[in-house]
Amino acid sequence: MVETFPTSYSRGRRHFVGSAAALGAVMMSSVRAARAENMITLPFPEGPRSRPLTTAFPNKGEMILQRIRPPLLETPFEVFDQGILTPNDQFFVRWHLASIPQQIDVTTFRLMVGGHVNRPLSLSLSEVLELPRVELVAVNQCSGNSRGFFQPRVPGGEWGNGAMGNARWTGFRLRDLLDRAGVKAGAVQVQFNGLDGPTFPATPDFKKSLSIDHARDGEVIVAYLMNGEQMPLLNGFPLRLIVPGWYSTYWVKMLSHIEVLDRPDDNFWMKTAYRIPDTPGANVSPTETGYKTTPINRMLPRSFVTNLKTGDNVKAGATIDVRGIAFGGDCGVKNVGLSTDGGVTWITTKLGVNEGKYSFRGWRARVGVPASGVLTLSVRCTNTQGETQSWTPNWNPGGYMRNSIETTVLNIV
Amino acid sequence: MIALNRNLLSRAVIGSCLATAAGVIQIHTADAAPSTVTAAGVTLTSESVILPGSSETFPGGAAAQVVNVNCIACHSADMILNQPALSKVAWQAEVTKMIKLYKAPVNETDVPAIVDYLANMKPQP
Repeated sequence: MVETFPTSYSRGRRHFVGSAAALGAVMMSSVRAARAENMITLPFPEGPRSRPLTTAFPNKGEMILQRIRPPLLETPFEVFDQGILTPNDQFFVRWHLASIPQQIDVTTFRLMVGGHVNRPLSLSLSEVLELPRVELVAVNQCSGNSRGFFQPRVPGGEWGNGAMGNARWTGFRLRDLLDRAGVKAGAVQVQFNGLDGPTFPATPDFKKSLSIDHARDGEVIVAYLMNGEQMPLLNGFPLRLIVPGWYSTYWVKMLSHIEVLDRPDDNFWMKTAYRIPDTPGANVSPTETGYKTTPINRMLPRSFVTNLKTGDNVKAGATIDVRGIAFGGDCGVKNVGLSTDGGVTWITTKLGVNEGKYSFRGWRARVGVPASGVLTLSVRCTNTQGETQSWTPNWNPGGYMRNSIETTVLNIV
Repeated sequence: MIALNRNLLSRAVIGSCLATAAGVIQIHTADAAPSTVTAAGVTLTSESVILPGSSETFPGGAAAQVVNVNCIACHSADMILNQPALSKVAWQAEVTKMIKLYKAPVNETDVPAIVDYLANMKPQP
């Protein structure tokens, strides 16, 4: 029941011979050699656990470097202790294809709407800004967040728990845009494409689709501000699709083309990639085959302790503050329970500010520290639909949708 | 800091480049301010950035040649070097996926050597 890896997210400095100045202008040459670099250890069941910390990406502060190109940048977990909104400069980054525009001219950018519509559109950003404005706080979480904890391990981006973030998104309703274009009868799905592209033309371009009803539900928005500022290029500048409650794969970055379809989207990224077992919690046994799959979709509840980490010391007999974050998935947080006895009893924690059902929700509790041994803190979110986190982690070959109960183990001194 | 970075990086033309000890690349230019669009009280400013590249290659000398040639065009080497130990069957499936689904231009005759290299990697602790 209890997390058995004593190593927590620990930092250290690894020294190398040479200097950064010896590198070329923007080549982050050999991340494993030739320069002094901060490293972080991710508490995976087995290695590689070590990752560089980097500040080399534009408009980004310190991030965990999972992959240089195309960038996979993870949010250092302590950032989540600073508040329920994740700062733009430490918000995680995930690109699939390596051809990413490095210049965006706001005066020439166009958002195109076409396909099964009466009036195809090509909107300038000033026209986009004039559309009725809405604002929403929502969690953006990678389908494979926490993949590195899967056992048996699976290939993919080996994320810790930091491939998620929560931001206030400002933009316009997708529905308003689709209404302006006039969706024709018989529309089935809406497909989204961004300005990124593959290295080789034959590689499938990254496109995602939502059902027409989902696209028109009034909650899916196209954002141009993130926490009140234009978003970093790496988070999708100038426009990003926001699909509250659904995994990040649908939140298409640098959104430039919207195509209304009169047939189900059979492109690679819907038909083949990002498929999950069509089972509760996307859970199958590692030896299972032949099960039905479906495109990944809504998120599940999760919760984390943010002010303490496994391996931290606490004083015998003290009373400590424990705090963290939770989210319901595609609905709000009903409650967050904290257990110090492996789930025999649960303390109901005090919930923080409610920024809406798609946001992180802060929680806190006071816990008495026993006289000796270890103190285990297990945290469990139940959402407003009554779904709760389970002790047993799910497993699937994609490493998707991990949401089991997290346990932090503290040393009593 | 965010605003500072944006200013530094939004200037369109590369001036002098400076790599600090921490590895931060800042670009100093003196050209005109980037273009903007303003409507309904919101201003968006053109972006011009330079994304870091990677010249990292796979360790192992001659044996690594086949992965260095075939496996770093679409993604940097760290993607593979950060993977846990996977079976030869699992690596074969990954290589097949890259070729069949992602259309990576890999010479079919190189595939056995690529799979051998990947399956024999010793992941760092």
